[in-house]
Amino acid sequence: MLVSADTGILVQGITGRQGAFHAGLMLEYGARVVAGVVPGRGGQAVHGVPVFNTVEEAAAGHAIDAGVVFVPPFAAADAVCEQVDAGIDLVVVITEGIPVLDSARMLAYARARGSRILGPNCPGLILPGQTKLGIIPGDIALPGRVGVVSRSGTLTYEVIQALTDRRIGQGLCLGIGGDPIKGLSFVDALAIYEADPDVDAMVLIGEIGGRDEELAAEYITQACRKPVVGFVAGRAAPPERRMGHAGAIVSGGTGAAEGKISALAAAGVAIASHPDHVGDLVAARL
Amino acid sequence: MKLHEYQSRQLLADSGIAVPEARLAADPAAAAQAAAELGGPVVVKAQVLSGGRGKAGGVKLAAGAEAAAAAAAEILGLEIGGHRVARVMVAEAVDIGAEYYLAALPDRETGRLMVMASAAGGIEIETVAARDPDAIRTVGCGVDSGLAPFQARRLAFQLGIPSALLGDFVRIATALVDCLVGNDASLVEINPLVISGDRLLAIDAKITIDDSGLFRHARLRTLRNPEEETATEAEAREAGISYVKLDGTIGCMVNGAGLAMALLDVIVSEGGEPANFLDVGGGADAGQVAKAMNLILADPEVEVVLVNIFGGITRCDDVARGIVQALAGLPRRVPLQIRLVGTNQAAGLRILRDAGLNAHRDMLSAVRAAVALAG
Repeated sequence: MLVSADTGILVQGITGRQGAFHAGLMLEYGARVVAGVVPGRGGQAVHGVPVFNTVEEAAAGHAIDAGVVFVPPFAAADAVCEQVDAGIDLVVVITEGIPVLDSARMLAYARARGSRILGPNCPGLILPGQTKLGIIPGDIALPGRVGVVSRSGTLTYEVIQALTDRRIGQGLCLGIGGDPIKGLSFVDALAIYEADPDVDAMVLIGEIGGRDEELAAEYITQACRKPVVGFVAGRAAPPERRMGHAGAIVSGGTGAAEGKISALAAAGVAIASHPDHVGDLVAARL
Repeated sequence: MKLHEYQSRQLLADSGIAVPEARLAADPAAAAQAAAELGGPVVVKAQVLSGGRGKAGGVKLAAGAEAAAAAAAEILGLEIGGHRVARVMVAEAVDIGAEYYLAALPDRETGRLMVMASAAGGIEIETVAARDPDAIRTVGCGVDSGLAPFQARRLAFQLGIPSALLGDFVRIATALVDCLVGNDASLVEINPLVISGDRLLAIDAKITIDDSGLFRHARLRTLRNPEEETATEAEAREAGISYVKLDGTIGCMVNGAGLAMALLDVIVSEGGEPANFLDVGGGADAGQVAKAMNLILADPEVEVVLVNIFGGITRCDDVARGIVQALAGLPRRVPLQIRLVGTNQAAGLRILRDAGLNAHRDMLSAVRAAVALAG
């Protein structure tokens, strides 16, 4: 299991506008936010959570299983390395706009020390009814047994809502992020769901750019026994144009939606024609 | 951010990679003077942010100054890949033996860097990949470790680089990775890298800079080419809004890139044509929403505006206030279809109702209404 209701959480950047707001929402949801870190703000408190100058200091007095990074792009990779260095196993990186090479650097640092990164440029994760790390709205989620993994934040919300509208609850929902270089991949997420006895089916929400969906299709063919429903955004996107996300670009014939859809369909994934349709396809497979 | 050939080759030269002598010219007289200074035959090349220049007549060989002026006159003003040629580069013509392809870029699959090389230089790498993928050799390396000399040597032997040029190739391949890392580039490509006499020369170069890395490169920021984006796209970028102009009539405002792409897909599948992609950005406030509305309406093709918001970090009341605020000062009136759900939904819907606006609860019904209006 990646997280549970007991997961002790550190929020880096907890005194910032987004950090403070979302740490509050995480606490409201019942997440165990035990410490915050902002250099120079040690000794303060946000929503009653103690703030430390360094992650090392925070980790000395609290059992921290996972960290969330709400730090501006220029300092985000360093914040991730600081958490990894303190031995935190899972680092969730919400920040958008981290230089790609910095992402590669922090990923190498985390791999060498056995930590996992979710993101960057992602909404984080929610385990409905238990905990959430990041910005996925808690009120739309319903505890249940369908895993949702997505490269897009708002499309994740859209699909969670579509499931909740049909009274289909969700298990772990993972936003893996819209950047070209990132930590957990679709394949990692599918492996987590496949091994999780609390998950019966999974939803994969892809988009144009790269080969993440094609690699997921290969993995599904080889290793997935649970049903998978998919949606791929960007069929109408023009080639060679970046569609908002740094990683969402069809380039030199690679990364187009059609190829992803046909690879997933060939792997037995039921493909939704629009986000709301995901709910119907999941309902038919439970 | 895409760079022109003349800008890219300068960054290569700064990294210690040999390039032919060249000058930039904006008119035939300047091209003639450049050719005279360089002496001997020259190549006159259109400087546009687009591939396929040769096929489009944008690259010409000229024997001397007079021919260079004539070539420049033919090339300047051409339209290549949607871009008008405003400048040419006049480069010394060199003897060309074998041609290679060499590029460095981040590898999405491994999260590291990748160097790609092929002995089929002078051809677009996508063409080689489609025709003969085995002809492309790749090697991975870390951002901070860079390419090791042994990795570069291995590539050289795979490509069949003559042993006399082995040291040259190793220097170029490692410098290429240093150029990528030093400039926060997302692509550094030499195509072709040629054997000219007893040396290796980078004849053509293409570099793309990672926009997210520009904050630490003041000099690179000055290289941005206005023709890379429309005036509206540039304005959007300055405002932190992702906007891509498309050809249809339905203006779109969405929060989140994935949802924005999905909206375009649904519009097309319902028989409509989107006028733009627009992600207003996470946590947009009323002012940002009003700005986005004005950007959309700056496009004269827009007949109807479709707003699709699923508030998470973005709040529905902020969006509603922004819409109402924008409507007050709009240059023209167009019908509006709104779908507004999520954080602070009730407050947002109240603000819209007070302004005489209704909202759809689901995306599909909003799209159908917009498509009918644009019909």
